Amino acid sequence: MLQLYGTSVRSRLLLGTARYPSPAVLAEAVRASRAEIVTVSLRRESGGERSGQAFWSLIRELGVRVLPNTAGCHSVKEAVTTAHMAREVFGTPWIKLEVIGEDDTLQPDVFGLTEAARILCGEGFEVFPYTTEDLVVAERLIAAGCGVLMPWGAPIGSGRGLNNLFGLHALRAHFPGVPLIVDAGLGVPSHAAQALEAGCDAVLINSAVAQAGNPALMATAFAQAVDAGRTAYEAGPIEARDFAAPSTPVVGTALLR
Amino acid sequence: MRILVNGVWRESGAAQLGAVLEELGYRDAVVSTAVNGEFVATGVRAHTLLADGDRVEVLAPMQGG
Repeated sequence: MLQLYGTSVRSRLLLGTARYPSPAVLAEAVRASRAEIVTVSLRRESGGERSGQAFWSLIRELGVRVLPNTAGCHSVKEAVTTAHMAREVFGTPWIKLEVIGEDDTLQPDVFGLTEAARILCGEGFEVFPYTTEDLVVAERLIAAGCGVLMPWGAPIGSGRGLNNLFGLHALRAHFPGVPLIVDAGLGVPSHAAQALEAGCDAVLINSAVAQAGNPALMATAFAQAVDAGRTAYEAGPIEARDFAAPSTPVVGTALLR
Repeated sequence: MRILVNGVWRESGAAQLGAVLEELGYRDAVVSTAVNGEFVATGVRAHTLLADGDRVEVLAPMQGG
């Protein structure tokens, strides 16, 4: 079981709730994914339309735990204020902390991120920082009080997979006791399996499921890939090597030339 | 009094944030509020006085990744 700030979860697949064709498709995908945690956000609500109220009812009916994000925040102040607002609405100290530093790649502003993490951890939040795979930044986030890291795989929504597998291996090796949840950029289930095989504890998927031709079917595929990847990690994968190593024994080979 | 609510200028006769929310139809809605970039908790909305030109944000749960 995966432990996140003292909470045990069975599923190692976290699911985003944005960009689905309809609320019904979202609900179907969440069920198919077997995810226990979904990410949510805060946006402006009109007093007349109340679309946010309907969404919140749907999420509560699904019976999943929510991880609110600070998506769209570009400064420490915006992120901290959004976290306060999210804690009140969602009733959880969990916050997926995003401080965006660059608009083309939506790369985290790691300087703002570490500062916001320090403030929020000090206020009792349980922070899930969306970060790069940089070891020094990770060290600072942990020193700030973060008990989970969310390194990116690739830019949000890009579907490129794991741009820096070496970096994730390094993170795993340096912080063996800190849950690593690969967030962003995964496109197909094999990317998720690769992250789990590398020893990452979980993945967060949104666009790859929501924008798939059949989101519920893709959610099932990601759930299977996450299970396979984790099982492979526990089984102990072999080391890669540069040259062939015959699998059939050489001793006893007939001389037939 | 003119206040900017979620990016739209509104005329309001109410003085407190709680009353403004009532006036705009947010009664019983699950929302969180900020005034001029500062979080205002539910419990203090009724006592939070607004001034002409204040920026009010009213946010609700929404889809997110």
